[in-house]
Amino acid sequence: MRIILILAMSISLGAVLLLVVSEMPEYGCPDSPVRNEVAMRYIEKGVEETGAQNLVSAILTDYRAFDTLGEVTVLFVAIVAAIAVLGCYSLGRTCPVDEEGD
Amino acid sequence: MYKEEILILRVVVRFMMPFIQIYGCYIIVSGHLGPGGGFAGGTIVAASMILYALTFDVDRALDKVPHKHATMLESLGGIWFMSCGIVGLLLGGNFLANGQIGVPLGTPGRLLSGGLVPVIYFGVGIKVAMTIMSLYFSLVEEDR
Repeated sequence: MRIILILAMSISLGAVLLLVVSEMPEYGCPDSPVRNEVAMRYIEKGVEETGAQNLVSAILTDYRAFDTLGEVTVLFVAIVAAIAVLGCYSLGRTCPVDEEGD
Repeated sequence: MYKEEILILRVVVRFMMPFIQIYGCYIIVSGHLGPGGGFAGGTIVAASMILYALTFDVDRALDKVPHKHATMLESLGGIWFMSCGIVGLLLGGNFLANGQIGVPLGTPGRLLSGGLVPVIYFGVGIKVAMTIMSLYFSLVEEDR
């Protein structure tokens, strides 16, 4: 019974996803909605406005630099979490769990 | 432990280390000219130090880059990024503004071009490298 339910849900979800994908514009199609004025502005004026030849870098650290700051914050939070969990073994301290014995 | 048995690996790693690190630094510095940037280059620099720690010993890698310095430089990379943003505020533009506040942009294609883009990528490179290294050191020190 459970297997039938799982199969039915998977197939219906897959069918919906395939329907959505089949409606998507072709790759490189000139009428696709992602080719709007934002992308054209980056391509036409990106080098002139940022001075960086690499447009990916220009978008990453100039137009969308605030987003990159968020990525850097994610890295920082990740390492803070790792040190909070594992850091009692590093930096010369003794772990409170080890002090209790066993 | 088994240090004598991996002579070939140690010789090859000792030969490869400077090339890997120079390649990583090149990718960080030329992030505004070609593919690459702070994230990719920092990962390569950190991978070279992890390779060193795996081949030789974690203690020798910790002699080169102490764990405390790695965490400190990691935080400084984030502060560097935010300082670059505050420069934009001080000069009368938006946070993290580049061209609109009158930073000299230079000729596109030269190494010194792009205004704040290579400066920000330098901080990101340091931060990513030190994040991965201190993550590795934290994980390895648990077993000792």
